[in-house]
Amino acid sequence: MKILVFAEQRDNKFKKPAFEAVKAARTIVDQIGGEVIALAVGSSVHSIAGTLGGYGAKKVLVVEHARLGLYSSTAYSRIVAEVASAQQVAIVMIPATALGKDLAPRVAVKLDAGVAADCTALRIENGEVIATRPVYAGKALTDVRVTSVVKIFTLRPNVFTAGSGDGEAVPVEHVAVQLSEQDFTSAVKEIKQSSGKIDVAEADIIVTGGRGMKGPEHFPMIEQLAQALDAAVGASRAVVDAGWRPHEEQVGQTGKTVSPSLYIAVGVSGAIQHLAGMSSSKYIVAINKDKDAPIFQVATYGIVADAFEVVPALTAEIKKMLGKS
Amino acid sequence: MKYAVCINHVPDTAAKITVGSDGKTIDKGGVSYVISPYDEFAIEECLRLKEKNGGEVTVVSLGSDAHKESLRKALAMGVDKAVLLKDDSTRDSFSVARALADCLQEISPDVIFFGKQSVDYDDSAVGLMVAEMLGLPSISVIVKLEIADGKVTAEREVEGGREVVETKLPAVFTAQKGLNEPRYPSLKGIMAAKSKPIEERPASAAPPKVEVLGMQKPPARLAGRIVGTDATAVPELVRLLHEEAKVI
Ligand SMILES: Cc1cc2nc3c(=O)[nH]c(=O)nc-3n(C[C@H](O)[C@H](O)[C@H](O)COP(=O)(O)OP(=O)(O)OC[C@H]3O[C@@H](n4cnc5c(N)ncnc54)[C@H](O)[C@@H]3O)c2cc1C
Ligand SMILES: Nc1ncnc2c1ncn2[C@@H]1O[C@H](COP(=O)(O)O)[C@@H](O)[C@H]1O
Repeated sequence: MKILVFAEQRDNKFKKPAFEAVKAARTIVDQIGGEVIALAVGSSVHSIAGTLGGYGAKKVLVVEHARLGLYSSTAYSRIVAEVASAQQVAIVMIPATALGKDLAPRVAVKLDAGVAADCTALRIENGEVIATRPVYAGKALTDVRVTSVVKIFTLRPNVFTAGSGDGEAVPVEHVAVQLSEQDFTSAVKEIKQSSGKIDVAEADIIVTGGRGMKGPEHFPMIEQLAQALDAAVGASRAVVDAGWRPHEEQVGQTGKTVSPSLYIAVGVSGAIQHLAGMSSSKYIVAINKDKDAPIFQVATYGIVADAFEVVPALTAEIKKMLGKS
Repeated sequence: MKYAVCINHVPDTAAKITVGSDGKTIDKGGVSYVISPYDEFAIEECLRLKEKNGGEVTVVSLGSDAHKESLRKALAMGVDKAVLLKDDSTRDSFSVARALADCLQEISPDVIFFGKQSVDYDDSAVGLMVAEMLGLPSISVIVKLEIADGKVTAEREVEGGREVVETKLPAVFTAQKGLNEPRYPSLKGIMAAKSKPIEERPASAAPPKVEVLGMQKPPARLAGRIVGTDATAVPELVRLLHEEAKVI
């Protein structure tokens, strides 16, 4: 069975979920046979593309064009679908990132394929891939199979492990795709970066502040702890709605679903909608002065105390341990 | 201008989810249903576009009679027409999209809006599938939209920033929180909605391509440990994170 993996890049650097997807695909073919074909699309990706071999790709295809440096749903979906057809793959895997979630549904329609979206586990049963995917913001899990001839799986970032990527690099093949103006009817013109901050959706460690922080003027305390840990700052909806923090930081059912290695919740009560977005984190620390706050029911470690005393001490202790001060 | 919004009718986000007796779907008992939260941003954006440019807003939902409750609420918010694509079958995002696309083809709107994701199955797929089926451009997960002379500029949320995307009408959009603040239905709107009809149409058949084999509750998290009750617990917490959890 051939699996095509869309290896997402930005600024001609692969994103971590691209490596995770290649490795996950390799794990599948190691069990049922076949090969992993990775596809890199961008303005200048050939020089880095070979590294995908290290994660388990047998073959790496590259589609390059000056206009493909920035994402276009129309152009990218056409390229992925055409390559999938030409290579006669049975499965297409795409990271469930902002880009991947935009891309996969269009590719699905072009290939008449069903999509198992945002999968958190894949296994083989009777020679077939069964995917686990959270529903109701993680309040339940479903096991699904895709019944169409071509099957698409999008993989939640940070859940599958990429490994070290120290396998052998493979040669890169260029694929020529004719592109016309028509292929760019919807195209990204620019990316406005939010000042080099780490995004909660990509972070390995998140420090979230809730209403217990009392006001926006106290969030530097959260930011300093996050900085000491190279972590992203998250927010509960209560503080986003109050205008203390931007909504792209919101974690939860109507914010971002996150699965970091470490999630530190400070002054967050742990409402059901908040828990839905973060309770699949590997380790959870809660700092809250109310011992009955629901957040403690999901926390691995808790401190029942005033955040204003604990957080500065925690920042100092972590800096000390990491040799940062 | 014609605007269309597709909305789903889903369990309230505060609902406790339990697995039903079929082992594949949720137990609907005691669960209250609402318009999927992102779809409210979609409705609001269409209402604002209409208020600015004139035209008509149609809301479409595919599902059982229960969906009428959400359609009624959309009417109360100020939507002009409501269509129920009546259907009780089990569908995946592909087959929902197929039926919606067939219906939207007839309405032929300039602007088609979806939520970025339905908070039941969290597929984030239907809007973009419809766009592809109708051969229309799309911009998903938008937090800002400007339309002038058929030219569209929108901002969509991506990791670490926002993409500025351009396209032209007709086009499909999916709404992210932050796009606007949805209005509450006014008393007048609620009264007016009572007399507005909900048109029922059959949903076109389309077999699903994803089959749910089973549903379970996620494994319960092990009861955690309270490390302390004041700042003196900090060194122990850091030690645990470093030595036991090995996350720092
Ligand atoms: C449709 C819908 C969708 C929603 N989606 C989301 C979502 O995506 N994400 C989300 O987060 N919420 C969501 N909510 C809101 C959710 O129900 C809660 O209202 C919200 O999560 C509460 O935020 P909080 O924990 O910051 O505030 P609170 O519930 O007010 O909790 C504050 C906590 O801080 C503690 N505290 C106070 N002072 C201190 C101190 N000095 N030191 C330590 N602790 C202190 C208190 O004990 C309390 O537990 C949603 C709600 C609805 C209706
Ligand atoms: N049954 C439905 N009827 C109408 N619109 C729907 C339905 N299901 C999903 N949608 C729309 O598609 C969006 C994305 O849904 P999903 O792909 O299921 O996450 C939702 O926010 C709605 O706008």
